[in-house]
Amino acid sequence: MGDYAYAAPSTVDSTVELLSNTAQSGGRAQVLAGGTDVLVQMRSVDREPRLLVDVKQLAETNKLSIGDEEIYIGAAIASAVLNENAELKGKLPGLIESADLIGSTQIQGRCTIGGNLCNSSPAGDTIPALIANSAVCHIVGADGERNVPVEDFLTGVGTNCMAPHEFLLGLRIPTPKGRTGDAYLRFIPRTEMDIAVAGAGVRLTLDENGTCTEARVGIGAVAPTALVVPDAAAALIGSNVDEAALNAAADACSAAASPITDKRGTVEYRTKVVGVLCKRAGAIARDRAVVA
Amino acid sequence: MAEAVDLKAIGTRPVRPDGVEKVTGRANFGADLSLPGMLHAKILRSPHAHARIKSVDLSGALAMDGVVAAISGKDLPGGGDLGVNILAKDKALYHGHAVAAVAARSAYIAEVALDSIKVEYEPLNPVLSIDAAIADGATLVNESMHTNGDTSQPASNIAAITKFERGDVEKGFADADVVVEGEYRVPTAHQGYIEPHACTATINEEGKATVWCCTQGQFDVRSMTAQCLEMAVSDIRVIPSEIGGGFGGKTTIYLEPVAVKLSAISGRPVKMVMSREEVFRATGPTSATLCRTKIGAKNDGTITAASAWLAYEAGAFPGAPVGPGCMSVLAPYDLENFAIEGNDVLVNKPKVAAYRAPGAPQSMHAMECTIDELARKLDMDPLELRLKNCAEEGTVAPYGPQFPAIGLKACLEAAKEHPNYTTPPAEGQGRGVAVGFWFNIGMQSSAEIRIAENGAVTIMEGSPDIGGSRASMCLMAAETLGVPYKTINAHVGDTEATGYCNTTGGSRTTFATGLAVIEACEDIITQCKQRAALTWELDVDQVDWQDGQAVPKPGVNADVKPLSLADIARSAGRTGGPLLGRASLNAQGPGASFSVNWTDVEVDRETGKVDVAAFTAVQDAGRAIHPSYVEGQMQGGAVQGLGWALNEEYIYDANGVMENAGFLDYRVPVTSDMPMIDTQIIEVPNPSHPYGVRGVGETPIVAPLAATSNAVRDALGFRINDLPLSPPRVLEAIDANG
Ligand SMILES: Cc1cc2nc3c(=O)[nH]c(=O)nc-3n(C[C@H](O)[C@H](O)[C@H](O)COP(=O)(O)OP(=O)(O)OC[C@H]3O[C@@H](n4cnc5c(N)ncnc54)[C@H](O)[C@@H]3O)c2cc1C
Repeated sequence: MGDYAYAAPSTVDSTVELLSNTAQSGGRAQVLAGGTDVLVQMRSVDREPRLLVDVKQLAETNKLSIGDEEIYIGAAIASAVLNENAELKGKLPGLIESADLIGSTQIQGRCTIGGNLCNSSPAGDTIPALIANSAVCHIVGADGERNVPVEDFLTGVGTNCMAPHEFLLGLRIPTPKGRTGDAYLRFIPRTEMDIAVAGAGVRLTLDENGTCTEARVGIGAVAPTALVVPDAAAALIGSNVDEAALNAAADACSAAASPITDKRGTVEYRTKVVGVLCKRAGAIARDRAVVA
Repeated sequence: MAEAVDLKAIGTRPVRPDGVEKVTGRANFGADLSLPGMLHAKILRSPHAHARIKSVDLSGALAMDGVVAAISGKDLPGGGDLGVNILAKDKALYHGHAVAAVAARSAYIAEVALDSIKVEYEPLNPVLSIDAAIADGATLVNESMHTNGDTSQPASNIAAITKFERGDVEKGFADADVVVEGEYRVPTAHQGYIEPHACTATINEEGKATVWCCTQGQFDVRSMTAQCLEMAVSDIRVIPSEIGGGFGGKTTIYLEPVAVKLSAISGRPVKMVMSREEVFRATGPTSATLCRTKIGAKNDGTITAASAWLAYEAGAFPGAPVGPGCMSVLAPYDLENFAIEGNDVLVNKPKVAAYRAPGAPQSMHAMECTIDELARKLDMDPLELRLKNCAEEGTVAPYGPQFPAIGLKACLEAAKEHPNYTTPPAEGQGRGVAVGFWFNIGMQSSAEIRIAENGAVTIMEGSPDIGGSRASMCLMAAETLGVPYKTINAHVGDTEATGYCNTTGGSRTTFATGLAVIEACEDIITQCKQRAALTWELDVDQVDWQDGQAVPKPGVNADVKPLSLADIARSAGRTGGPLLGRASLNAQGPGASFSVNWTDVEVDRETGKVDVAAFTAVQDAGRAIHPSYVEGQMQGGAVQGLGWALNEEYIYDANGVMENAGFLDYRVPVTSDMPMIDTQIIEVPNPSHPYGVRGVGETPIVAPLAATSNAVRDALGFRINDLPLSPPRVLEAIDANG
């Protein structure tokens, strides 16, 4: 490893300033949240020296609020904190499960949903669940604040729409109302400590008759970025989320997938399994909506 | 030696002497040593799987600030294939093959300096599979390799062919009512020890070297390092650290001669620690294999003939464990007619190293799957079919010797009665059965027993402890001497501190080094009787040793109080000096260990994922010295076998580059993947050991491969011949079978 610098500014303004100045002077800065991706990458794939800008000291990134309209999850909040928040778990069980899948207890003491999203891996586990929950990225930079839906935030494998002077403050998620449920499932060949071969997140709302009135489906690890799958949602909306509707949603996910064959799975395998996961996650979300 | 009765220490389960040091992090492993002025060395590895090395220019690296020494293949004069594997000479023979090394002030500088070494390669076509290696006109990995050294034949990638035959196989198959055959592939698997290879070496102006390293055999490190550097073994002292797993993979060397050479050039100690990636790319995995098996039987289940054709990838140098594969493949059966052929095949992949029962899991996977198919065809219980044909005391093993007392039949009978077997698998699950075997080895061991002035016992021996052997040595010493376990310490000495021991491997340590410890204890007892006789003014044959004390023999008229080990030790200065017992031997009759395993699995038909719901291992231990550690061997071996059966494999790209050189994508099982591995120890004593010990360390990995395959076969209703049974392979097979 080469020489690194580290800063932990205490205000949003000074953070933006540090990021802007470093970028302008041709240097390299990288935001550090839990560091569970950054530190591993620094030791293996990308050893270039840089300035690490720790965003965990900011009040804004540590904000966690559950309002009637919006749930706000600050970018510095560790998975373990989310997992232990019963109210949040009651409202967004699928999203919290996705955060709970990351690594192990040790990793979860540090890792964040924000870091998972900003790392922008096609296989990031929280991303399909964020998409299903219509999450919006709250970004700040030299030009002020902006809000970008997660599916538009991602631009490619490991890339996103943020400029070097910008960083993520937190995620805004519409608070589920009435009979709404979410779920996320991933496939890995083991039971834990592995990377998703495919993943699917579903959030849906049922009316009094059990008819689906709203639905969102996100899929991961089957394209350069996690994707929103409107056709899968359309297959669920208006149905009772029965076998036929779930199969149709599964087919839509398989159709939307454009995976690659690599050491983790073949095109055929991933295409099929992402549908299976959508079907199973959809059934869980439905069952959760019934009792919500 | 008579068989022991009324055992007091043996069979108990005390905590291990090395336990506290390990769980508190105090124990020192290979990478823990630091010396003043120490340099760090890194290895430059070949980016090609097969290439001629036209030149190596170290000058760029040597010119860098902080770089102290650099070497390439020509700096290691000896060692034959071993030396060429440690640093390539004319050709790079696999991706990751070491080509040069740099020692620098820091590991970072050494690593950066590697980029400044200029190597000119002429890439050659890589040979990446058995099929490609044995095809007509195949590229040769080694242009001067002739099968079995027969230069009257053209050069070949088949380094050697081994054959075992008996009776008339053709007639045996003709006499059969039923014949089954199949072709099975098992992928390359790594031992997966958690501790990467590491060593530190220093050599002084007199040419005396000291090497600290993690190894299964300090004496082999000494002789191999000496060969590579053309030094005398007596000029090298090897000090083994605690070892974070070996499983056979630490019976050879990769770093030590390089570190010694760099130390010789720089005049400073040199430390080398492999990364996990290097461990995967350049240290011994075990062979990928292709096995064709065939069995014929009468309708009543009597096997009339069997044959096996085995081909094992050796990596880039001869030495695949195909010989043991041949020895094991039919060992569980009493057969009149068989033919076994094994091929040792060169490919451009890392040189294989021993892995727990080297070669047996692969060939026995093929044969035990074939036996399972036979049981299905005959509609016989798979245990019954094996009981009908099993080897027993007196059976002549396919590889020659006549078995003394062995425990296969006892294991099969125990399995048949076991509640885990008599209870059928749960709804939707499939069950698979398989037998495992390993012949075990004896070889040379030494041990010394020293008695402190308070009577405490110190065992000094030379077998690195990879499975709790120090605890077993203490238990056997406690039993023999008749003193409490907690008064005994066992140590693994360095090459200057203890007598010669062969490497820990072949499940030999508890058997062979145990024999040396027992004999050394008997030496102590003899001396104690002499000291007591002297003290009591009796003849030595009037003195007995009972429960850790010297006593007059019954009928001897002497009004004396018994003398304990502590009593004798305390006054040793007056009776002839300190008590020191010794033994050295070449142990014979290690005693084969057989096992029976079965597992219940569930297959997710939509994702192809196999979940292991239950696993039971029954194994003959001869005598379990420390039953918890025997069970631990059975459980650990089962988990390694299950990992290999389910997900572990080397994935190569078209250029021979391993794509999954890390634990994220080389998937050993995690704890939550595994059920509790249920164990039952069978004890059919080994007649060649005073307490009946058989080695138990290797047999446990053998049967899980076929047991898993057979269980998946049972669950799915059709067979998938090749391993691993990874989700994509299983799902593809499900889709293909409707
Ligand atoms: C052992 C292990 C197991 C793992 N298992 C999983 C798993 O099962 N599933 C999974 O999806 N991931 C897994 N990961 C990856 C990683 O833990 C997750 O991606 C995690 O969510 C990253 O969060 P972090 O806070 O640690 O991010 P960091 O490492 O701090 O940052 C990740 C990236 O995001 C950027 N970043 C972070 N925060 C911000 C911000 N506020 N604004 C702008 N950019 C930012 C960083 O610059 C960096 O590029 C695992 C990692 C390890 C080491």
